[in-house]
Amino acid sequence: MTRIGTVALNTFREAVRDRVLYNLVFFALVMIAAAILVGQISVGIEQTVIITLGLSAISIIGLLISVFMGVGLVSKEIDKRTLYALLAKPLRRWEFIVGKFGGLALTLTVNTAAMAAGLFLALFYVKHSIERADTTVLVAVYFILLKLALMVALAMLFSCFTTPLLAILFTTGLYIAGLFVHEMRGLQGGLMDPTLGRLLRWVSYVLPNFENFDVMGAAAHGRVIPGALIAQNTVYSALYCAIVLAVATAIFSRRNLK
Amino acid sequence: MYGKNEYMAEPAIDIENLTKDYPYGFLQLKKRRSLESLTMQVQTGEVFGFLGPNGAGKSTTIKLLMRLIFPTAGSARILGRPISDIEMHRDIGYLPEQPYFYDYLTAGELLDYFARFHDFSAAERHERVEGMLKKVGLESAGRIQLRKYSKGMLQRVGLAQAILHDPKVVVLDEPMSGLDPVGRREVRDIILELKKKGNTVLFSTHILSDAEMLCDRVGVIVGGKLQGVGAPSELVGLKAQGMEILFELPAGADGGGELLAQATRTGDRYRLQVEESGLYTAMERLGAAGARILSVAQVKPSLEEYFMHLVEADRAQAAAVEVRAK
Repeated sequence: MTRIGTVALNTFREAVRDRVLYNLVFFALVMIAAAILVGQISVGIEQTVIITLGLSAISIIGLLISVFMGVGLVSKEIDKRTLYALLAKPLRRWEFIVGKFGGLALTLTVNTAAMAAGLFLALFYVKHSIERADTTVLVAVYFILLKLALMVALAMLFSCFTTPLLAILFTTGLYIAGLFVHEMRGLQGGLMDPTLGRLLRWVSYVLPNFENFDVMGAAAHGRVIPGALIAQNTVYSALYCAIVLAVATAIFSRRNLK
Repeated sequence: MYGKNEYMAEPAIDIENLTKDYPYGFLQLKKRRSLESLTMQVQTGEVFGFLGPNGAGKSTTIKLLMRLIFPTAGSARILGRPISDIEMHRDIGYLPEQPYFYDYLTAGELLDYFARFHDFSAAERHERVEGMLKKVGLESAGRIQLRKYSKGMLQRVGLAQAILHDPKVVVLDEPMSGLDPVGRREVRDIILELKKKGNTVLFSTHILSDAEMLCDRVGVIVGGKLQGVGAPSELVGLKAQGMEILFELPAGADGGGELLAQATRTGDRYRLQVEESGLYTAMERLGAAGARILSVAQVKPSLEEYFMHLVEADRAQAAAVEVRAK
């Protein structure tokens, strides 16, 4: 555990010293500030606009960080050969993978928390108070984090066996596909060949279901998010990440570092 | 000659039939053999030089030992344990070829990071890091981010991280590469210090003078095949030797005509190489021609000559195979 923590903390330190990250977070905060302006011209629905735009900004910036930095976690280490000296230490390859994942997950948590704080400040600026119903926004932020963790795991998996560019394309492709799993399940009936329908249904269960993490509408309108959904998404994300990281480790453990 | 652990039966590094093929081509179906059935031992406490031209298989062997790549066939043990045993890495230090480290860290932070994998306490880490920075001459640059380091400075950091935890076996891939004469001298001193402490050092190089100066034994690898292993003096002794006469020609001396034509002139002096059996005849003729003989020395073939002999033989063999294939 100590070795995983050491790798994770160093990954976090790398992210903290990366100026690109600050630019992105700054951009997100500007977006949230802009949401206040947009909210002011949206009479009666200021809160809804601010929450929707704010959560979207957090999600988009988080996705950019998770995909681009997630792919770079392994590929950059291989390209720059920084990994060589590290793997000669008493460190197993799976510990390296899990540590790297943990480091970026920690980075995303801190960034998302900072952006969420910006969002709450914007809400407070408009409403002059924070109500109990606003906790749904926190749940939405938590779901974004779960989604980002999954994205990091997927980005790492692809970067273990392909080029960074392809890894970015595959991860983004899977994300887009994962937004339509419910539609894929509903695309049966007379529209297509039954075999293809069954195959699509199977694929929809294997694909990461990103639709379940989207509760932006509920949060914007102050609707309660059921505890069961919170538990389900937490377990789903944890299990999916564990499986993806296990596959990534299996591939990376056999990889020749030329 | 081998230091305090000389009589330990088990070699520090034991390589048996290690073979590595790299797939290539669009479908990766073709295979290029990078290392062929390498079998050799590095004894405990010795400094072993791994010599070979670029692409000979030196780095491949070292990467195989470090488990950065995996063998197609064969096996290796370090300190009696299979190289797959991760705990064995506590006792080994490794300097990669042309090392590159996290450029957002300072040298001190990098060494501290690596030290954490060896379970040192915070105080011990601090002490080791400071000591090591001093040892490799980076005491004043220890707080600067590595992105501002020169190639030579990175090489020193690499060496520092390799020996930070006082490993029993140190594997250095081209440790002198990119260093100025001062840096090379410092690395040589560190290797000699390691040897004095009884550590085992395996290092690859193509700078033969370094190998000659430092190594108890060397292994020469060419074209992925080990061509010879032994003490440098043993290896070069395999070739025929001759004699060299150093002489001057005082004003008015004719120098013996034919012999003078064979000699090499450097300033006022001449060097003449002759067969051992023809030494006295040559000296008599030079004496008769008025030459003043300054010294006579045995010509000891250098490691470089031995090395070049092997490389040329390998090239000739490769060319012959190519011709046959055509």
